[in-house]
Amino acid sequence: MSRRGRLFVFVAGALGISALFVWGFSGLPDFGVQPSVYGEQLSERAVDERHATNVVAATTFDYRGLDTMIEEFILFSAVIGILLLLRAQRDEEEDAPHDMAESRRPLPTSDAVRVFGLGLIGPTILFGTYVVAHGHLTPGGGFQGGVVLASGLLLVYLAGEFLSFERLAPEKLMEATEAVAAWTYVAVGLAGLVAGGLFLTNFLPLGRIGDVFSAGMIPLINVAVALEVAAAFVLLSDEFLEQAVLVRKRDRS
Amino acid sequence: MGLLQIIILVLVALSATSVVLTRDPLPQSMAASFYGLLLGILFFIFQAPDVALSQIVVGAVALPLMILLALAKTRGRAE
Repeated sequence: MSRRGRLFVFVAGALGISALFVWGFSGLPDFGVQPSVYGEQLSERAVDERHATNVVAATTFDYRGLDTMIEEFILFSAVIGILLLLRAQRDEEEDAPHDMAESRRPLPTSDAVRVFGLGLIGPTILFGTYVVAHGHLTPGGGFQGGVVLASGLLLVYLAGEFLSFERLAPEKLMEATEAVAAWTYVAVGLAGLVAGGLFLTNFLPLGRIGDVFSAGMIPLINVAVALEVAAAFVLLSDEFLEQAVLVRKRDRS
Repeated sequence: MGLLQIIILVLVALSATSVVLTRDPLPQSMAASFYGLLLGILFFIFQAPDVALSQIVVGAVALPLMILLALAKTRGRAE
């Protein structure tokens, strides 16, 4: 296509999209205005009804718990897809685990990275655990805490070797953790169905507002989601790392 | 809208533009990571700390990590 033609197509498309944008944005509610009553209702009731001071957690893991469960299974199936896609193919083979092929061995990890990485592993895991355990009290929860926990494990790779990372978080164990944790969510929901008559009924004792052990099943689901997400992210990075570090085309090795 | 909110909105717009204008994937992943962090701060300033946490862990850590690993893989093959 000629330069003129391309410019014409671009200008036509840009004009069309900007028209749609202006049209769409002109219908938005004013800044800071909350048009739905749903949010207000939840902020008013959640603390009394669920004893959870983090209304966001009460919403995502209780009032709208089914949504979150399906979201969890989106991540679950995405990871299964990656595992299938990145498995060792017929024309590839996995080298004995060592970091990088000799031909492109990168600079050795600097001492500074090692020291900071090693020093950060403990605090990161602790912080991740805190974010998970206090998900129903303060901002945070299973998803955020799970990713923090996974990055704590990834620091082992950054500060050390791929091998120690694999030994600490073996693929089989991570796969099992991911599956069991994902189905724990469903099991809690089914338990609610049996105990309260509805799927995901918050049937556990609610406890005192502000306690770590309160808000019924919300912390339980938080822990399940955290394990699922942490295992999913470790598996993802593990799979990508294996691709980048271990798998070589046979003719190149 | 408060001053802080305006500042962070401008910063996010600037860093988003810089992500688009960076053409080399390696620096681009760093720019995207910085953009993810700024977006997290934006959510925090707009009083959505839960979303801010998710944004920081995914946008500033997980996504750039995946890009870096994919780059390591494809560049190794190209050699």
